[in-house]
Parts: sequence; C-alpha cells; structure tokens
Amino acid sequence: MSAGIQLTGLKKTYRTSHGPIEAVRGIDLDIAPGQTVALLGPNGAGKSTTIDMMLGLTRPDAGTVTLFGRPPEQAVGSGAVGAMLQSGGLMRDLNVRELLLQLASLYPRAEDVDRTLELVGIREIADQRTQKLSGGQAQRVRFAIALVTNAELLVLDEPTVGMDVESRHAFWTTMRRLASGGRTVLFATHYLEEADEFADRVVLMAHGEVVADGTPNEIKAKVGSRTIRATLPDVSPEELERLPGVTAAERRGSGIVLACSDSDEAIRALVAAYPQASNIEIGGGSLEEAFLELTA
Amino acid sequence: MTYLRYELLRTIRNRRFFVISLGFPILIYLLVAAPNRHAGSLAGTGISLRVYYMVSLAAFGSMNAVLAAGTRIAAERTTGWNRQLRLTPLSTRAYFATKVATGYVVACSAIALLYAVGGGLGVHLKATDWLEMTGYLLIGLIPFAALGILLGHLVTADAVGPAVGGAGALFAFLGGFWFPVGKTGVLHYVAQALPSYWLVQAAHVGLGGAGWGREGWLVLAIWTLVAARLAMRAYRRDTARQ
Repeated sequence: MSAGIQLTGLKKTYRTSHGPIEAVRGIDLDIAPGQTVALLGPNGAGKSTTIDMMLGLTRPDAGTVTLFGRPPEQAVGSGAVGAMLQSGGLMRDLNVRELLLQLASLYPRAEDVDRTLELVGIREIADQRTQKLSGGQAQRVRFAIALVTNAELLVLDEPTVGMDVESRHAFWTTMRRLASGGRTVLFATHYLEEADEFADRVVLMAHGEVVADGTPNEIKAKVGSRTIRATLPDVSPEELERLPGVTAAERRGSGIVLACSDSDEAIRALVAAYPQASNIEIGGGSLEEAFLELTA
Repeated sequence: MTYLRYELLRTIRNRRFFVISLGFPILIYLLVAAPNRHAGSLAGTGISLRVYYMVSLAAFGSMNAVLAAGTRIAAERTTGWNRQLRLTPLSTRAYFATKVATGYVVACSAIALLYAVGGGLGVHLKATDWLEMTGYLLIGLIPFAALGILLGHLVTADAVGPAVGGAGALFAFLGGFWFPVGKTGVLHYVAQALPSYWLVQAAHVGLGGAGWGREGWLVLAIWTLVAARLAMRAYRRDTARQ
C-alpha cells in the first residue's frame, strides 16, 4: 500500500439539463509523499472534479481514492489534509484572526495562528471582519486556512485566481518555502508557468483524462515550443514522431499536427521525407499556445 | 469548545438577528398581556392570560431561535463555507451539536427575558414550577432544532427566510400560540400532532398540572426522529459545488 495519494480508475459523470457531462473519464494517479504536483489543464478539464473526489466531497461513479492509505473521509477526519478551495466565501461576523483560531482548534497539530498570519502576509488585516475583505485579501485568508492546519497534504484548487501579479509572486514564494518541509502538495492551475516554476511533477489534464504526466521539462518537451500543421494523408503519427525535432504527432482528418522541440529541424525533415505534404503552417511560439494546441 | 465559543460569538455579533429574535416576542407579549394583565382564565383553559401568553411567546421566541440554525446553515452552504468545513476534522456530530447549542443559547435568552417581563406583569409561580416549565420548553424544542437543520440543508439562502419564517408561523398558528386550541374539532387533532402544540402545553405546569402525557412525548419523539433522519440524509447528499 502506498503511503501517498492514490487515485485509481476515477470516473464522474454529471447529469445536466443538456444531457450527461463526463467530467472525469478514468484517472489513475499515484503521488509519493513529499512530491509537489501540478494538475494542469484548461477550464473544464476535470481538475476541480478530480480534487473534489480526492477530498471526499464528491462521490466518484467508479474508482477509489486513498490518502496516506486511508479513504479521504478518514484522512480528513484526522486532520491530515489542508485545503484551499476554488470558490467559497468565508464565514461572516468573525475577524480574520478569530476565524483562523476557530479552525485551528479543530486540528491536532495546528500551526500557530500569528505565525500563519505572518507567513501569508496578512497580519495587517487580522482584525478585520471577514465580510469586509477584498477579493484578493479573502483569497489570502483562504490560503492561511489551508496552512494553519499544518497538514501533511495541501490541496490547492487554482490558488492564484483573482490575485494580482504581486500577490501571486508572494504566494509562490511562501509555497516554495513550505514545500521544502516535506509536505505533499497538489495544486490545480491553468497557468503553465506556475506549474513549470513550482512543481516537481506536472499532470496535464484535458477532457477528463490525463494526457501527459512528467517533470516540467518533460512536459515542455512534449508540448513543444512550436507546432507544424500540414495536409498529409496516409502517414501514421508513429512514423511522424520519429522525425527529428518532433515530440508528438496527431492526425486530424487528412491533416497532421506536429508538436516540435525544434521546428526548424522538423520542417526540413518533414519536407525531405514527405515531399507530398502541402498547406504547411508553422504556428505557436509560446508555451501557452502549444499547450492549448495539445489539450484542445 | 473553542470552535463553539467562536460560533456563539459570531451569532451574537449578528446584532440584527439577535435583537429581532429577542425583542419581537417581548413586544408582542407586552401588546397582548399588558392591557389584560388582570384577566383570569383564558378561554376556559383555567390558565391566566398573562401566564398563557408568557409561555406561548417564550415558545414562539425560542422555537424561532432554534429554527434559525437553518438560516445560518443555508447561508454557509450558499457561500460554500460548508465545503471548507467538511475538509476539517470537525465531525458531523460536532457540527450539528454546535448548531443546536447555538440555537439553544439564543432560545434560553429569549425564554429568560420573557420570564422577566412576565414576572414584571405579576406572574407568580413556585420556583419548582418555573424550573419544570422551562424543562418542558427546552425538551419541546428538540424537534425544532432538527427541523431547522433539515431546512438549512434543503433550501438555498434566498429561500430560507420564507421557509423558516413560514414554518415557524404555521407551527405557531396551528399549535395554539396565538389562541388556545379548542378541545374538539379537526383543528384540535391537527394541533395535537404538532410539536408546537406541546410546547405551549408547558404552561399547564403553571397551574400545578402536568406538562404533557404519553401522547405529547410520542409526538415529540416521532418529529425528532423523522426530522433528524431526513436532516442527516440531506447533509450527506449536500456536498456538491453550488
């Protein structure tokens, strides 16, 4: 039994008035203790649903979750999990310090509240009522709520949404310091840079599935810096992937899409090997665009 | 314990809620009972008007205070706070216990204030009668605590006001808070099946009578069990993102 986090065959379909939506279509994930993992993907990739199932907030249609060898409810009940949810108001009529003291009282190994306020940089708003906070301040309080637990596992669902550049920077500086303490951290984001800078491992999700899983460098190589599109029927993606400079190939009808680590080398090789290729386009340039390309 | 302390603190800080919960029943009591403070037996119940309405309004105020747990729960659900709470080690039992305890603190304040005003209007009872009456009231509130939690988990924040207010008004009206329920007729049977009816019957203690018999205990037990069971089910189901 793994001591970390294990997701096995997770599936979830939501019934809506427009018919069923398969939010998560079968996810297997094994996270070792102490790892910092980014769950990267565009909106609607199934990240939040996966996190909800991981935390026991949503019951999966199929599959199992274990956190440190236990079902999520038990791990949560023992105070092993600190979470920062994506949406969610704060309870009103308490000030920030009181709210943190109230929650900290529930955890067996809680962090000191004043230390947490200091760490997150919100000591100056400690005496403000929660209903009077700005969006960015509330987001930092949510972060403090996750940290005051002093839990072994931190789960952060899009933690920097709604933060300005400066707070985002401060947030990741704090996180980096924390993660070095041997905690397991899992965060969802749709910013490739955040995943790249901060995670040991990036799990790329699209359409409810894991489409890539590796170190940030491996993911970047796979996503590539540019893409080549061309009309080229009757050549298999496997053959195309063997071309130099190409990291991934995909067929779309009679066309092909190549993700490249070196598009100059790839285009020369492509034209040499397949002179019949037509309508050639080289696109992208930013990692973001290439990433959107792969998860589209 | 720390958790409960802050929950109470934030309930009391919500001044509008607190003042209305305590002030409204006293206002009605003064309006009804003060001009008729010397009236004797009310509508053949053998209970003086000032005692009957003191207990009625103590019941009304405390019932609303306990039901109001639902309002707070619905608000927490709508903002998503309950999802955050579920990721803490706070157990379901402790969560419910905190909500009920908070409701009871407000309820006890409402009861105590009404007794004080009743005493001011010349209600004289033996010390044991006061205590016994209070005991019946506090027990009679149990099903309402469960109902409050149930409503809080069924209804959204924008609908919970009318839901809780409506339920409270209906229970008050049919249970005989505003006028004694007759000894016969359909209304009498309907009333006896309601937990609010038995809440007001605590007033009989003021006459040296018993609070309620086997029937009353049975009605309260059934309402409590059913509401608690349904509340539990609603709570379990209710984790989805809003």
